[in-house]
Amino acid sequence: MISDVVVAAIQVLVVGAGAPLLVGALRTLRARLVGRRGPSPWQPYADLRKLLAKEAVVSTTTSWVFRATPYLLVATMLVIALIVPISVARPPLAFAGDIILLVYLFMLGTFFLALAGLDAGSAFGGMGASRAVAIAALAEPTIIVAVFALALRAGTIDLGRVVERFGREPWLAANPAHLLAFAAFFIVMLAETGRLPVDNPATHLELTMIHEAMVLEYSGRYLALVEWAAAMKLFLFMALLANLFFPWGLTGPAEPVPMLLGLLALAGKLAVLASAVAVLETTVAKLRLFRVPELLAGSFALAFLSLMAVILVR
Amino acid sequence: MDRLAYGLATLIGIAATGLGGYGMLGGAGTLRLAWLVPLGGLELSLDPLGGFFLALIGFTAVPASIYAMGYAGGEGRDRFAYLVFVVSMGLVPLASNAMTFAIAWELMSLASYFLVLHDRESKESIRAAWIYAVMTHAGLACLLAGMLLLGAGAGSLRFDDWRAAAPALAGTARSAAFVLLALGFAGKAGVIPLHVWLPLAHPAAPSHVSALMSGVMIKLGVYGLLRASLDWLGVGPAWWGAALLVAGAASSVIGVLYALVEHDLKRLLAFHSIENIGIILLGVGSATLYRSAGLEALALLGLAAALYHTVNHAAFKALLFLGAGAVVHATGTRNMEEMGGLIKRMPWTAACFLVGSAAIAALPPLNGFVSEWLTFLVLFQNTRLDAVGLNLVFTLGIASLALTGGLAMACFVKAFGITFLALPRSDAAAHAHEAPPPMRFAMVTLAASCVALGLGATLVIPALGAVAASVLRTAPPATVGDWLTLRVSGDFASLSTLAIAVALVASLLVPVVALRLVGASRRTRGYETWGCGRIVQTARMEYTATAFANPFKRVFDFFYRPTKHLDIDFHPESRFFVERIEYENPTRSIFDDWLYRPALDLLRVVARAAGTVQSGSANLYLAYILAALLLMLVLA
Repeated sequence: MISDVVVAAIQVLVVGAGAPLLVGALRTLRARLVGRRGPSPWQPYADLRKLLAKEAVVSTTTSWVFRATPYLLVATMLVIALIVPISVARPPLAFAGDIILLVYLFMLGTFFLALAGLDAGSAFGGMGASRAVAIAALAEPTIIVAVFALALRAGTIDLGRVVERFGREPWLAANPAHLLAFAAFFIVMLAETGRLPVDNPATHLELTMIHEAMVLEYSGRYLALVEWAAAMKLFLFMALLANLFFPWGLTGPAEPVPMLLGLLALAGKLAVLASAVAVLETTVAKLRLFRVPELLAGSFALAFLSLMAVILVR
Repeated sequence: MDRLAYGLATLIGIAATGLGGYGMLGGAGTLRLAWLVPLGGLELSLDPLGGFFLALIGFTAVPASIYAMGYAGGEGRDRFAYLVFVVSMGLVPLASNAMTFAIAWELMSLASYFLVLHDRESKESIRAAWIYAVMTHAGLACLLAGMLLLGAGAGSLRFDDWRAAAPALAGTARSAAFVLLALGFAGKAGVIPLHVWLPLAHPAAPSHVSALMSGVMIKLGVYGLLRASLDWLGVGPAWWGAALLVAGAASSVIGVLYALVEHDLKRLLAFHSIENIGIILLGVGSATLYRSAGLEALALLGLAAALYHTVNHAAFKALLFLGAGAVVHATGTRNMEEMGGLIKRMPWTAACFLVGSAAIAALPPLNGFVSEWLTFLVLFQNTRLDAVGLNLVFTLGIASLALTGGLAMACFVKAFGITFLALPRSDAAAHAHEAPPPMRFAMVTLAASCVALGLGATLVIPALGAVAASVLRTAPPATVGDWLTLRVSGDFASLSTLAIAVALVASLLVPVVALRLVGASRRTRGYETWGCGRIVQTARMEYTATAFANPFKRVFDFFYRPTKHLDIDFHPESRFFVERIEYENPTRSIFDDWLYRPALDLLRVVARAAGTVQSGSANLYLAYILAALLLMLVLA
């Protein structure tokens, strides 16, 4: 039995060190799909190193909120990394909360990042902040209802138990309710992590961007932390999606071999999800901002249908 | 005089907290003065639920009164009204017969009416006070009717007799009494669509009074709803709970939607009170519904969640109103568009307001999160009911609560960001000053209690569970986890805010250490905000509250029904130079347009018809009396 501290360290390490690779791999995949050679999947690490070596330029308009936010953002993602089932079904901090806690912890990060966006007093920051909170707010009902549908089938909202239940009885996943909830959650994942068709992570055109506008004023080590946190958010959302809906390969005990198997299975699932996102991002165009609510309403409808399927078929 | 009056109010608050705490622990006591008033006399008694609300009043009145010492201003009349207000609020949860209750209730309404009217010169205050008076008395009429109906059925006006007689009463009579009582109490609580007075009255009062009105007075409406739905009338049919649940869902979403497009800081907070009352009602409604279905354990949990959110809302809303009061005091305006940059000039107020904002936005590990989490759990367990219709109602509640949480977060990014961050948008904001020590003390105390109520969830819940159990007359839950972790409904869910807080603080060290380890550059240069090469940054380039709320206005335009008014004066020489732009984008209230205006029009038509009878001639009136007398004789 590996002690909790080691498991915690492993989870933090996997998320912290793996997140930039996921972002890099996604970029490489996208480039290959449109016929470019694209950067190496390791490019985000080089970007972070470059940013860390640079001097930080901080607007004199800002307050302590602006400087504290990157640290808080990273801390939030690390706490989430201790709760999401990544290497074991029940990570050390899993007792401290469930999926509702995760949703609100992500919101904590969004809250402070949006405040930081307003802090510099530039219109870009405000625009990004306003759009980011709008999308986060509209995405929330979908997450909660989708998770509720999932929880109903597992009989608990405790993440560890959901994972164990669907791991023990994998055929439960082959159910329309499950797939509908998965689709709803997938759309929300795209919206929350700023992917196409909601936000374009590759653009710096002011009128279309959301996340990039909000963090426009950051530079140097602060920007490095914000980028790192954003990568971790993508990693955590995808890992959640993978291990909550399809916890195959992830087993309970904190033993070296099962943990390694669980991580390998996760790597495989992430590869599939990342390919799906890459294919999607090369085939769809970015939606106009005011069409995004329709997409989110659609995802809510999916989550609601899933819930109805569960309730009616009981 | 200020110190004396508010010092006295502080002492009363402390006494109320102590007495209320004693009541919550199971202490009981009765005071009866039969000769004092007719119809049963004055009768006060203490029970756990009353004790809880009494303690809540004390808990909020203490910081509000200390704050008032620093707020200063006001005339003797205001101080007197304030004292009466605090005392009468304390009497409401103690009253144990209808007469005493009605007197305390009306005293509370009148005292707050005078406090709303404290600025007698302003047309706005007069209008607010007038609408408040009308709504509160319409509510009182409903309450009295309901109480008389119940009193006639039970043959007594004492609440104890109602409890004993309720199960034997006819279903229709009980339901009629429930509807009347619920309408009256919901009006005081500010439940949609009876909320119209709230966003007018709360901002008009001085801020420490707004804190009390929002933090506690509307909670007494909740107190009444609890008594009506769970105590006086016994176990009711399922639709009572369902109605409360739907009202809660509507209030929470509509309240926060209005708050999003509101740029008057105190009105914004007032709309959030409507939202939070909605969240409380989600708990009350589910408790009532589960009880009708015989699921006692879930009813207990629902009531505990509602009580928890009641305390939490009192803590953070009082804090936010006091913070808003400090800002208004410093800048002389309530309009957020004229604020900005206050975090530098008012660091204490800003830090406290930030804690309050995070708490009301339900961000973990603060108190607002714990009670919303509990409410979610209560709603989630609806599948134990075997009725698809009711499951749908609960699902509506879940979706509304989730949407409310997200929108509240967005709204407080706006409220804090536009008010406190970036550059000052007016001279007043640029020359603002920090609040005096008593005001700071009050805000810091409340901010600390928001943190404590969040981290100490495992201590708070058993206490509230005991109060809830006494209302429902069941045994309190045997266990709710240990000192570290809260466990709900067996292994359905668990939460440990303490562990999260520790983990968050510890995780803050990771980036600090990691940056040091990888040898990151520590150089920092202060420079102006990047602005595409413009010469100088001014506050006019900042994002405004209106702009911030615009995405919401567009997404929910079916609800806001905004009208647009754009007026541009071009320079006489060339159309390419603009002299003046006037842009207005107001929203319209569907409740004013579709409910109150038609209702008032109808009232006016009826009044005009009735007016024809009222000619002013004394002879005619004498004839009426004669006719009435004859009619009565014939009928008798």
